[in-house]
Amino acid sequence: MWDYSETVKEHFYNPRNAGPMPEANAIGEVGSISCGDALRLMLKVEPETEKIVDASFQTFGCGSAIASSSALTEMIKGKTLEEALAVSNQDIADFLGGLPPEKMHCSVMGREALQSAVANFRGEEWKDDHEEGALICKCFAIDSVMIEDTIRANNLCSVEQVTNYTKAGGGCSSCHEGIEEILAKVMAERGETFSPAPPPEKTRPGKLSTLERIRRIEQVIERARPNLQRDHGDIELVDVEGKTIYVAMKGACAGCQMEALTLGGIQQQMIEALGELVKLVPVKLKSPQGLVNPS
Amino acid sequence: MSTPNSLLKPIYLDNNATTRCAPEAVAAMLPYFTEQFGNPSSMHSFGAKVGHEVKAARAALQKLIGAEYDSEIVYTAGGTEADNTAILSALKASPDRKEIITSAVEHHAVLHLCDQLEKDGYTIHRLKVDGRGRIDLDEYRKLLTDKVAIVSVMWANNETGTFFPVEEMARMARDANILFHTDAVQVVGKVPINMAESAIDMLSLSGHKLHGPKGIGALYLRRGSRFRPLLRGGGQERGRRAGTENVPGIIGLGVAARLALEHMSFENTHVRALRDKLQAGILAAVPNAFATGDLDNRLPNTLNIAFEYVEGEAILMLLNKQGIAASSGSACTSGSLEPSHVMRAMGIPYTAAHGTIRFSLSRENTEEEIDRVIAAVPPIIAQLRKLSPYWDGDGPVADPEKAFAPTYA
Repeated sequence: MWDYSETVKEHFYNPRNAGPMPEANAIGEVGSISCGDALRLMLKVEPETEKIVDASFQTFGCGSAIASSSALTEMIKGKTLEEALAVSNQDIADFLGGLPPEKMHCSVMGREALQSAVANFRGEEWKDDHEEGALICKCFAIDSVMIEDTIRANNLCSVEQVTNYTKAGGGCSSCHEGIEEILAKVMAERGETFSPAPPPEKTRPGKLSTLERIRRIEQVIERARPNLQRDHGDIELVDVEGKTIYVAMKGACAGCQMEALTLGGIQQQMIEALGELVKLVPVKLKSPQGLVNPS
Repeated sequence: MSTPNSLLKPIYLDNNATTRCAPEAVAAMLPYFTEQFGNPSSMHSFGAKVGHEVKAARAALQKLIGAEYDSEIVYTAGGTEADNTAILSALKASPDRKEIITSAVEHHAVLHLCDQLEKDGYTIHRLKVDGRGRIDLDEYRKLLTDKVAIVSVMWANNETGTFFPVEEMARMARDANILFHTDAVQVVGKVPINMAESAIDMLSLSGHKLHGPKGIGALYLRRGSRFRPLLRGGGQERGRRAGTENVPGIIGLGVAARLALEHMSFENTHVRALRDKLQAGILAAVPNAFATGDLDNRLPNTLNIAFEYVEGEAILMLLNKQGIAASSGSACTSGSLEPSHVMRAMGIPYTAAHGTIRFSLSRENTEEEIDRVIAAVPPIIAQLRKLSPYWDGDGPVADPEKAFAPTYA
């Protein structure tokens, strides 16, 4: 069962603005019955002001496809076409209290239907320029087409590089096998063989100097501190050894039940700031000389 | 109906996914977590008592599948492990044979293993099925050569319940001197089986599909079949599956096997009648819907209905809201907006394949529950069709594929 938010369920069970709209003067259609979801967005636009006075939809699809359609119509009613076009798929997902990564395409479909409807109103032709592949990285919702294109465009040859360019594989790492398969396929196209060994250091693009690396680690720590201090806690950078960053949790943060969650969040920011996989390890400050790993 | 939906007892019609573990099985298992904690391999009284009960549980399972010897049962962690063990064993035992025959509609435990083996250089023959999910035995016969290490086809399909003629296929494989394995997780406990009279060499079963616990299954391995273990280590299961026995699981499966045997005729009369009533009731009330699979040759508990112009997950969510649990073959996720591989293999058109719902019953379902489901389904389908751009009033829009003309597909 999908972990749908209450808002998603509410919009699915009680969809707003559902049904045909014979007087619509802007119609956008995306999807098809063969790919499992299809959305027709119908708008009534005031020609002088380009204001959307009414919106409705008809959708064939799963729960989140119907909820996304319903949310979209609510969001754009009363807006001008220009204002409506500023609604991103992320906005639709946010309006619904978030969507599971596997379902983000439902919000993308909503956004595309909107673009298509506006183009229809203005007598333009709208072409979709994105293709979706199988979901590879569930942590960051990156699909196979995105990974393949990025590997091809940048001549990538390692999982680490793919993570740096797309974020795919930067979380739980269970998709690394899938990424390696795509690497092997694309590299074979250009006559190379994929090898799991990392590429030589110097050819790695944008590699940080040790100094810049430490600076960025410190920046992330500094950014996290005000939030922790508000809860009477604190965090201190202790040491960096390769890909392991040792920190000390202080005050209310030390031994807090939420410690793992807090550290996970900061570790994620580290990974993004450094563009590499690092591990954040909490240590107890025993004495200025020695560190002790908590058991 | 005056009772609010939230107050009605939930109706569980997803027994091909998993079943409720029988209370008798749970009760029998409990002592093996506490005082009866001994290791059956141990040379003291703690282990001896446990070893004795494991033997009795093995005998109960032996009886359910009609195996000639109790040593033909190798306990595993479940159906998936049994499937993997059988296929990988055959490849290891016959390194010169690089081909496998399976079907296009297998469970992922076989299908995805074969996909991986294909990448490793093996040739996989996936038998096609017709619109009713049936295999062509002539196509199969032509593939039986001395290059084939193993045939692995399911006894009954988990989505449609359709039986494959495994006994006949196993005899054909035996005549060609090829090992024959069948994934029978949906069949064991629902249909009488007699392995002593069968030509099947290996058979996978799973505890939680027959009101036993999860985490336990078994591979039936005919005496004399060439075998190479997947897990090596201690000498458990006569050296064929190393690792300390899952004693509570084995005990629970033993009780579940005994209960399944006791209810065998009930399953094939009463449960079958409820399933048939459900099928007739829904199809009479919902237009543009049909049952999939080989309707006269399928599991007694399984019903798969395709509803045209609506999507499966949406149906499931509305059913769930009324406390009805079923499942859908379509997985609506990014990039894989594909109906199930079973529906695709049967050539079910896209207009219907996305809206397939599987209702799988068990001996615990009642007629009152079936009546509730028959009443609940038609309004749900009507409600979703009202939202669908492919539906207009009482029927599909004329030429649905063309009526909806998106800028891209």
